[in-house]
Amino acid sequence: MDSNQQISKSTNLQINQTLHLADTALILGQRNSDWCAHGPILEQDIAITNITLDLIGQARNFYQYAATLINNAENKNETEDSLAYLRNEREFKNFLICELPNGNWAQTILRQFLFSVYQELLFEKLIACNDQQLSAIAAKSIKETKYHVKWSSEWVIRLGDGTEESKTKMEQAIDEIWMYTGEFFIANDYDIIDVTSIKSKWLEKINEIFEEATLSVPENTFMQSGGKNGIHTEYLGFLLSEMQVLQRTYPGANW
Amino acid sequence: MMNIQIKKFYYGDIPDSSPSSSNDVRSTENPWPLWEIFIRSKQGLDHKHAGSLHAADAQMAIENARDVYTRRQEGLSIWAVESKFIHASNPDDAEMFYEPSTDKVYRHPTFYDLPDEVKHM
Repeated sequence: MDSNQQISKSTNLQINQTLHLADTALILGQRNSDWCAHGPILEQDIAITNITLDLIGQARNFYQYAATLINNAENKNETEDSLAYLRNEREFKNFLICELPNGNWAQTILRQFLFSVYQELLFEKLIACNDQQLSAIAAKSIKETKYHVKWSSEWVIRLGDGTEESKTKMEQAIDEIWMYTGEFFIANDYDIIDVTSIKSKWLEKINEIFEEATLSVPENTFMQSGGKNGIHTEYLGFLLSEMQVLQRTYPGANW
Repeated sequence: MMNIQIKKFYYGDIPDSSPSSSNDVRSTENPWPLWEIFIRSKQGLDHKHAGSLHAADAQMAIENARDVYTRRQEGLSIWAVESKFIHASNPDDAEMFYEPSTDKVYRHPTFYDLPDEVKHM
């Protein structure tokens, strides 16, 4: 797609922006889906699975829009499925934090919390952006995201301000994944909104919840990045091979 | 020889447990108390018992109920009551409780005509 000179630069950016949003939701959803039937307790198993389904639903909306944009710009026949199942690692534009292994429950809920707070702020901005379709998808999805923030915040507080063991696990989780949050706020040429502008609000919310959870926000840590440009950790390839194996082995297979 | 004690409770009549109590039936399996969930499906209707679930506190019980019992648009409002606060009638009392009413059909309000204007009766 990048090499095709016929697509205007602005359309190309629009497609990449939409794919970034789609990939981020899909990959985090795919990761979280590993918890299905393995949650710490039945009710929380259902809770994380619901969140997973919300994310995959968001991904579908974004992919459908991306497919329309691509097909309008080029003589192609992309679908939500072809975009999810038939692209390679370097074409995925999701945040690195989404593709990281789940770790333990503390790490999973911490990631959900850090991401969902970001996603809510992002959707607030997207609702006001001048791309009507992205604005509509954001308006629909933000209701789900608000619940993800509430649910994950309470877990962060519960574990952080819980027992010595649960607190230790939260601290280990922070050490493990904090460095992947910097990428949320690194501007990219395809960003339709100014992502740097939401950093202070994000940090404010994280501080508020961490304070209640008796946890501290790391300072001056090295930040990892690359996902938005298709440079990934070693984990994405394995995730994709598992997620895509069916479509690649039986092309066009249907439910 | 080990003496295994099995305690049976009537539905809802679960005693308060202390952590040291060795015959606490829940502590080994699940440390979280049981909650009864009531869902109101529409404005103006009553909350109906939907089922029960485990949760650490009331807030979590309501959120778990949201995830477990309202995923398919079943509800607009949730009540959660810890199961130990529900007291149940004893099944052994069924005969004296319920059977005397079986031959008293005159207690049903079906022996007079309602005007058409009266709805929802």
